Amino acid sequence: MGILDSKVPSGPLADKWTNHKNHIDLVNPANKRNIDIIVVGTGLAGGSAAATLAELGYNVKTFCYQDSPRRAHSIAAQGGVNAAKNYQGDGDSVYRLFYDTVKGGDYRSRESNVYRLAEVSTNIIDQCVAQGVPFAREYGGLLDNRSFGGVLVSRTFYAKGQTGQQLLLGAYAAMNRQIHRGKIKSHTRHEMLDLVKVDGKARGIIARNLVTGEIERHSAHAVVLATGGYGNLFFLSTYAMGCNVMAAWRAHRRGAFFANPCFTQIHPTCIPVSGDHQSKLTLMSESLRNDGRIWVPKRLEDAKAIQEGKLKPIQLKEEDRDYYLERRYPAFGNLVPRDVASRAAKERCDAGFGVNKTGEAVYLDFASAIMRYGKEKALTSGMKDADAKTIRELGEKVVEAKYGNLFQMYEKIVDQNPYKTPMMIYPAVHYTMGGLWVDYNLQTTIPGCYSAGEANFSDHGANRLGASALMQGLADGYFVLPYTIGDYLSDDIRTGAISTETAEFDEAEKHVRDRIEKLMGGKGEHSVDYYHKKLGKIMWNKCGMSRNAKELQEAIDEIAALRADFWENVRIPGSADTKNQELEKAGRVADFLELGELFAKDALTRNESCGGHFREEYQTAEGEALRDDENFKFVSAWEYKGEPKDAVLHKEELKYENIELKTRSYK
Amino acid sequence: MNLNLKIWRQKDATSKGQMVDYPLKGVEEDMSFLEMLDVLNEQLINKGEEPIEFDHDCREGICGTCSMQINGQPHGPDRLVTVCQLHMRSFADGDTIVIEPFRASAFPVIKDLIVDRVAFDRIQQAGGFVSVNTSGNTLDANAIPIGKDIADTAFNSATCIGCGACVAACKNASAMLFTSAKVSQFALLPQGQVEATERVQNMVRQMDLEGFGNCTNTGACEVECPKGISLENIARMNREYLSATVKG
Repeated sequence: MGILDSKVPSGPLADKWTNHKNHIDLVNPANKRNIDIIVVGTGLAGGSAAATLAELGYNVKTFCYQDSPRRAHSIAAQGGVNAAKNYQGDGDSVYRLFYDTVKGGDYRSRESNVYRLAEVSTNIIDQCVAQGVPFAREYGGLLDNRSFGGVLVSRTFYAKGQTGQQLLLGAYAAMNRQIHRGKIKSHTRHEMLDLVKVDGKARGIIARNLVTGEIERHSAHAVVLATGGYGNLFFLSTYAMGCNVMAAWRAHRRGAFFANPCFTQIHPTCIPVSGDHQSKLTLMSESLRNDGRIWVPKRLEDAKAIQEGKLKPIQLKEEDRDYYLERRYPAFGNLVPRDVASRAAKERCDAGFGVNKTGEAVYLDFASAIMRYGKEKALTSGMKDADAKTIRELGEKVVEAKYGNLFQMYEKIVDQNPYKTPMMIYPAVHYTMGGLWVDYNLQTTIPGCYSAGEANFSDHGANRLGASALMQGLADGYFVLPYTIGDYLSDDIRTGAISTETAEFDEAEKHVRDRIEKLMGGKGEHSVDYYHKKLGKIMWNKCGMSRNAKELQEAIDEIAALRADFWENVRIPGSADTKNQELEKAGRVADFLELGELFAKDALTRNESCGGHFREEYQTAEGEALRDDENFKFVSAWEYKGEPKDAVLHKEELKYENIELKTRSYK
Repeated sequence: MNLNLKIWRQKDATSKGQMVDYPLKGVEEDMSFLEMLDVLNEQLINKGEEPIEFDHDCREGICGTCSMQINGQPHGPDRLVTVCQLHMRSFADGDTIVIEPFRASAFPVIKDLIVDRVAFDRIQQAGGFVSVNTSGNTLDANAIPIGKDIADTAFNSATCIGCGACVAACKNASAMLFTSAKVSQFALLPQGQVEATERVQNMVRQMDLEGFGNCTNTGACEVECPKGISLENIARMNREYLSATVKG
């Protein structure tokens, strides 16, 4: 086949990265000053890559649609960042983190990439502490850890419920240091609208200044896309409102293969939908599952009474509750991986046991944790025979110290006190494991075009474990890309500055201008949101937590029809040569309308269940996912050929030389 | 509920703006404030009018993008929330709600309710970092123990989201709370103390250059800060600045 060369170095797994680094070409410091790199997206992956590349001496230009790099959506990650430090001495190791990640991803990720991720994970923590990131600490002054879903060790470093914020501000600070030195030019309120290729290599981008509407040309010797995931395809998700697939999709249209688009993570612990006005969903960190117990009523009549508001959860006796995760998965209990927890919640709600008005919610209950912590606190405070009320108060304080900001956020949104009554949660779209196909060097199928962080597909297979997104973003940006991109750029030391006054830039700019004109020229029947919401409904109902061939085919047809309608009838007020949020949204939704169809096509092609991809036709008698390693142990990499229906599938066969493939069991 | 909205409309940075009345019916109390504006915008678009532009992104109170003055208060009437977390249950049927952009000469209006806060980035660029290379070849993360109380205090300072409410709340449009939060975070931690002197001088100099006003200790910033950043940060920055000046 040849077309998909993963470029995985030879040799033993544990030595691959070191050997690779020892043998790749380097660019000498004087030559780095003559080389430009564009980084699109300034979250953990883009921000850390930009800072490191600039520090090495390259001239970096960053682009983000937000008004500041500090606002990228990495900031909203709550729970933590994994690293195989084994500070707790509980048996963790690089191998175990590697193994857990491959297993958690349901054996659909590339061994060598995941091993490297586990290997550099420890550097991340050292680096961040050196940058002044205020991680949580124990009383002795050392770093604290907690555990996350799908693993049996405590390897997650955290900063209360705001770990993403603190890590991003660390990367932002590292960027600021380079901006101050003049090595990074930061372009905020800018959106990449196309990738420019010269002689087959990525050599620049076309961007729109979102304030003035100006279309700009920017050239470079290499382009890094670190633009995050595409979960906003579903309209409702835990993504920020502006998150989009435009940069990745434009690169796809220019020849970058798009891998595993149907691998989407639906996170089990989000605040349920409250009504049609809903614009986005809010996540409650998975760390809450360390102490919260998930349940629904055992009896349908109790569930009905709760739905009608006639019964309160705290009135239901212990024996009338079904702690269904503890029942189904005794080994991992409430800490099963996200895909398993989400499907189990849907199964109970579909069977009628949901606990809010719409029947689409389950309880996450802290009552036993509060009492457990309360008792411990009472004992350590010398109160031998404290009464239940005192124990409860003490326990609430402990829980507040651990999750205070999350509880506060819940109360603001739902108007209920989660210390007194169980939280209600329901799954929501949260992360996309799929993304641009990249080789071991994080290069896409376009030479010189790299992709890092959530925007690429590389490390999480069919399901991502908690606290691994932050790890991957920073690993890619701080510790992988800076090496691999140098290897590529070592050929460019004599190239000189890339001109933007070329036929290739002309063509790309014209393409962008034509597209904007076409969008503005719609007949004006419906708003952009009207289409986005319709697309989201199709995706959620037919390409969501469980999928089947019939509905996927329907989704393909419906999305194609909706896309045609959109281009004909979308209404965008105002003009293109000024700030215009509706135009910005329209460009993003137009891409989602193409990606959505490819997503459904990918899901339809994959006749197995694995990780977040659950096909109803492929399940065991107990309703667990049924993987098919014989026929589907590959990465789907789609080549753009015009309409999504014409996209061509290329397969990267996955080889497991160090891990034995097993049925994933959390029982 | 039915509301009477009075909203600032301004075409671009150079045009003159004005307040415009928008009556809005059928608002539900479970809506967030921004979802209420989404409903209004959908109606405006369907009438062929330009929607009201406002900054927003994560809608979960952490990115710091949303920024508006509601009935004279940054982020509206509730304490410790950003606009995106404010819900309509905080208002009553028949209320008149006045919505304006954050007002400060260092935050010029871009359009409608959107202001330019790049000045904040420039203050951070002047010194809001630890000068350590991102090579990964640093000390082991546990090599320097840091007391839990100190780590927690540094964390509290580090939770500033850079929204600008402190500036909008201040009658002098001072950026002291914002600047001091970063100065404090690093001044508290051993990793940041090495270059504390330079940092505080550079950041304060940039803050003054941007045209933010002086601090007269009214404390409005602390009251309106959605993240509860404490005035103690300002006190700490003043101490840091004084000691930097003495050191020269």
